[in-house]
Amino acid sequence: MSHMLRSLAALALAALLVPSTARAAGEAEPPIRESWPHHGIFGTYDRRALQRGFQVYKEVCSACHGTKYLAFRNLAALGFSEEEVKAIAAEYTVIDGPNDQGEMFERPARPSDRKPSPYPNEQAARAANNGAYPPDLSLIVKARAGGENYLYSLLVGYEEPPAGVTVPDGMYYNKYFPGHFIAMPPILQPDGVTYADGTRATIGQQARDVTQFLAWLAEPKLEERKSTGIKVMLFLIVLTGLLYAYKRRIWADVH
Amino acid sequence: MASDAEPLVLKSPTLRWIEYRLPLISFGYRHLVAYQTPRNLNYWWNFGSLAGICLMLQIVTGVVLAMHYTPHVAHAFDSVEHIMRDVNWGWLLRYAHANGASMFFIVVYIHIFRGLYYGSYKAPRELLWMLGVVILLLMMATAFMGYVLPWGQMSFWGATVITNLFSAVPLFGESIVTWLWGGFSVDNPTLNRFFSLHYLLPFVIVGVVFLHLVALHTHGSNNPVGIDLTKKDKIPFHPYYTIKDLFGLAVFFLIFAGFVFFAPNVLGHPDNYIPANPLVTPPHIVPEWYFLPFYAILRAITFDILWIIPAKLGGVIAMFASIGVLFFLPWLDTSKVRSARYRPIYKIFFWLLVVDCFILGYVGANPPEGFLVTLGLLATIWYFAHFLIILPILGKLERPLPVPESLGTPVLGRGPAPAPAE
Repeated sequence: MSHMLRSLAALALAALLVPSTARAAGEAEPPIRESWPHHGIFGTYDRRALQRGFQVYKEVCSACHGTKYLAFRNLAALGFSEEEVKAIAAEYTVIDGPNDQGEMFERPARPSDRKPSPYPNEQAARAANNGAYPPDLSLIVKARAGGENYLYSLLVGYEEPPAGVTVPDGMYYNKYFPGHFIAMPPILQPDGVTYADGTRATIGQQARDVTQFLAWLAEPKLEERKSTGIKVMLFLIVLTGLLYAYKRRIWADVH
Repeated sequence: MASDAEPLVLKSPTLRWIEYRLPLISFGYRHLVAYQTPRNLNYWWNFGSLAGICLMLQIVTGVVLAMHYTPHVAHAFDSVEHIMRDVNWGWLLRYAHANGASMFFIVVYIHIFRGLYYGSYKAPRELLWMLGVVILLLMMATAFMGYVLPWGQMSFWGATVITNLFSAVPLFGESIVTWLWGGFSVDNPTLNRFFSLHYLLPFVIVGVVFLHLVALHTHGSNNPVGIDLTKKDKIPFHPYYTIKDLFGLAVFFLIFAGFVFFAPNVLGHPDNYIPANPLVTPPHIVPEWYFLPFYAILRAITFDILWIIPAKLGGVIAMFASIGVLFFLPWLDTSKVRSARYRPIYKIFFWLLVVDCFILGYVGANPPEGFLVTLGLLATIWYFAHFLIILPILGKLERPLPVPESLGTPVLGRGPAPAPAE
């Protein structure tokens, strides 16, 4: 249904809204079309995938990428218990203060804290990453044309450059990235993480999981939005029908 | 057929006491209940009241959003995410407001094209039409400034591109731009004044809408046949059009809710989920969809005009003129016949104009390269030719079909239904 809705919207607005701009920049390949459990009118997030995705993010991506809008308390939505959220938060150290002596101090994070950034500022991030700035991932799925499909494709899209193409120093070849040369190394490795639920951690699996986690992070109210939407639509359909019937009755003596 | 509403009788002494001193009740009664309306209005006439409701929705959602939003370059983007994540039902408010703007423009564009098709701008409704054009201009200004407020990449760069247009003004251009910005680039003072004006302008629109309605109720609605109707072809606004408008509203809400709940970002641009960064220019800066035809006209002028007007100024003039020409429409269209139903040639040109606007929209959405540059110029020329050349001449040359003198209902009893809605 999601595809239907999307294609309908796309069709209706194709001429106006889906410019060829997405591909103009670097002849990037159109992203792989995956199906996502949270797409569609009735789609919801897959909690187990979100938890696995969080693990990938935490153990791999978060070394370089921040998620400034992620508070530890938000992780409860992934299905973690209050105790688990507290335990996850406590793994991080945040700076608090000033205390009675007027000094800032470090303390373990609490669920109400936001996840600390890997770098104190953009300059530090660039200095540590060969001049490139790993973008904040809080909204990345909504901030890229193609959304989940693009992100997933990017994560699995590393390959040897075609003959005759020289990749600049410190860059990598990725067929889905506009311009093809990306500063992010192919960081996902087979079995790079060990999933607690026994799922095999292939690169594709990790990419799918972390993409779903980041989709949730970009749109945490998706389930609330859709379930409200279904009730609203049902209400409106009934209301529209009633109003139409009433309209016909009132107009009967005019027609 | 009830051609007249019951006269207003106030039974309650309290209401009579109020009415004697402040005749609000009879005012409301006169304009919302007894108001005489053509009985043959089709569903295209629903879009006026729909536009009014869109305006109200934008104001209500906007006022609440403003309670949670912070107009500062360092906090604006964060505060929008705060609304999306932490404010109760904040996501609904923001998605309703953002999509509401798009819905408002769709409704208003349909409303305008309905006026074009049925000649609703002709005497004695010229001022009614011109007030409508003023509303459109105010809406465009409001929507543009509203889009800047989330302070994403498109907000920032859209603001930069559009405010820079004023630099095309000879002699004073640069000073005007500095004055608009409140500095030497789009920055915090710009954001602050845009927020202030974005909050102010909707209420100015309410004022102009009021005048629009005063003008409307002076001579009443035009109708699909486009002739002046006598009393027997009119019916009271309530209950006939209250129920018809309500039904139309419910259908509209179904579509609106479809976007808000199931595709809230389809009409937006992904780049606006990237915080504004003055050092990184997006590969393609595009305005919101409802500005695309005007954006195409702006970019259509790629050459100096008569060695005097530089291309940039030419584009800016063309863009403003594309709205400005609408003010003169009542006099540019020389035909005495209002409705396109009886203007076979005009009907064709009307649909060509619709197609032309879609072409302009398509050109505006895409990078100005190759064929699209020519297409944009041709579509722009056609747009102006429609109003400035075709309409004045067509009114003289076209032979309209015979226009009925009334809706064809015998004075007594029920007659055949009026011609079906187009």
